[in-house]
Amino acid sequence: MGSLQLKSIRKAFGDHEVLKGIDLEVQDGEFVIFVGPSGCGKSTLLRVIAGLEDASSGSIRIDDQEMATTPPAKRGIAMVFQSYALYPHLTVKDNMGLGLKQAGTDKAEIETRVSNASSLLSLDPYLARRPAELSGGQRQRVAIGRAIVREPKLFLFDEPLSNLDAALRVQTRLEIARLHRRLKATMIYVTHDQVEAMTLADKIVVLSAGAIEQVGSPMELYNKPANVFVAGFIGSPQMNFIPGETLSESGIKTIGIRPEHIALSRESGDWKAKVVHAEHLGADTILYLETETAGLITVRLFGEHRYGPDDIVFATPDKASLHRFDENDKAIG
Amino acid sequence: MSNKARSSPIRSSLVHLALIAYTLIALFPVFLTIINSFKDRNSIFRNPMQVPTPSSFSLIGYQTVLGQADFIGYFQNSMIVTVVSIALVLLFGAMAAFALSEYRFRGNTLLGLYMAIGIMIPIRLGTVAILQGMVASGLVNTLTALILVYTAQGIPLAIFILSEFMRSVSDDLKNAGRIDGLSEYAIFFRLVLPLVRPAMATVAVFTMIPIWNDLWFPLILAPSEATKTVTLGSQIFIGQFVTNWNAVLAALSLAILPILVLYVIFSRQLIRGITSGAVK
Repeated sequence: MGSLQLKSIRKAFGDHEVLKGIDLEVQDGEFVIFVGPSGCGKSTLLRVIAGLEDASSGSIRIDDQEMATTPPAKRGIAMVFQSYALYPHLTVKDNMGLGLKQAGTDKAEIETRVSNASSLLSLDPYLARRPAELSGGQRQRVAIGRAIVREPKLFLFDEPLSNLDAALRVQTRLEIARLHRRLKATMIYVTHDQVEAMTLADKIVVLSAGAIEQVGSPMELYNKPANVFVAGFIGSPQMNFIPGETLSESGIKTIGIRPEHIALSRESGDWKAKVVHAEHLGADTILYLETETAGLITVRLFGEHRYGPDDIVFATPDKASLHRFDENDKAIG
Repeated sequence: MSNKARSSPIRSSLVHLALIAYTLIALFPVFLTIINSFKDRNSIFRNPMQVPTPSSFSLIGYQTVLGQADFIGYFQNSMIVTVVSIALVLLFGAMAAFALSEYRFRGNTLLGLYMAIGIMIPIRLGTVAILQGMVASGLVNTLTALILVYTAQGIPLAIFILSEFMRSVSDDLKNAGRIDGLSEYAIFFRLVLPLVRPAMATVAVFTMIPIWNDLWFPLILAPSEATKTVTLGSQIFIGQFVTNWNAVLAALSLAILPILVLYVIFSRQLIRGITSGAVK
């Protein structure tokens, strides 16, 4: 009831190709997240799926129906925007009901759907207010409510949390995750924040420069990144990349090791290093080390540790967690 | 507002002095016109600066204007021409501005520049051709002729100002409307127009004043008794040898009133229009 197939979607603005042939399958009920640095084409791809932009070529099928020439309102989608995009002159209730009214749904039906959505999102006290009288978090909930009442095949989220402050972002993230479990609807979500991607997604699509780098579950991407880009993009702090020849490994251009997969000791280890800077976060301690063999690396230790700048330490990478990349930046093995 | 920045009292009083001086200079001719319209002919010439006293007070100018000529008719003509022209300028200007700012199509920039040419080239340069056109289409001595010319005259500035404002309307909002199934017309009339209302008021005021005050086109295109506007109508009191100053001043004083009413209607919106860009 909400599957999506994209076949070789291309989009160019003049000579500038923004999407370079995207193929993707989304199953019914999946939560798929497009993630990538800004300018990678993820928002454009979402707009193409929504029908707000025409693809230069390629096919879009929602529930096995070709959508390339279908206007946005007839695609069975609903979209939540970064800037909320509520109608400023309408009340919360009318904001949510406008799409249905436009589609000719009868009044009683609109009434029930709006009241269901508003109780789901605890918006009942605000139904008669206008968007200007609501806080940022409330506005975003109204925008989500407006999407829910349409009962779409496909929910599209365009960086919905970017305008919220940190605390509200975590709370709304939780709400969206709960919503997905309750509605069991297909959701496609765009973000540049890899934490959002890791915490919400069933399936992450990593995009870079208009092409898909890798598709997989959060843990697949974390444990088996297909290339240097994905390895560097997923995980925080970023994976350490060490040139292969400095560790005298033949045929390998780059070796990657995540900061949390390096053990530290004051007595002995593989790489002798000096602490450049230490960040004490309570739950974690993040150390920046200048090693003699491997250059500047980041190490993440769990819990509190008493390392400070200029301490001499020994770092030992976990051999089983090494990532090896060939000269094309592709993962080996 | 007043506590925002500490500026020296001398500096701010100088600024206020300059503003007050400008206000006086701007208002003085209006003031002079109005006080002299209430005086008899002799006192206008003897003491032009004096406010009307019981001895010099006279309504002879107003009596002449309202009695002699069909001034109500002239007012009506001016009002019809101005209001209809503003309405058309706003409607077509806003639609063109929306198209130019919203849709990507070949020649978009070129078309925008072409429309802007109208701001730089005065429409009066084309008077002869316009007159020929009006004669050929049988529109001479009709209000339609004036409305058409004024609409053409007002549209370039309207497009220029409104397209800037329309670019600032959030794309997400328009896209949300599209997903909710609003037509492009509904998006324009129901989402975009209410948001650019202050800009519309600005355009309305800038368009309205030159139209109301214009003498040129009424004189050339519609000088007949039935289609005279107020500005043209007052000219009957100005002769080559004798000018009925009482009547001229009274007519001008009366002509200020309707424009003042229109201005008050738009001004609330106008102030918001001017400050909206700065404050945000």
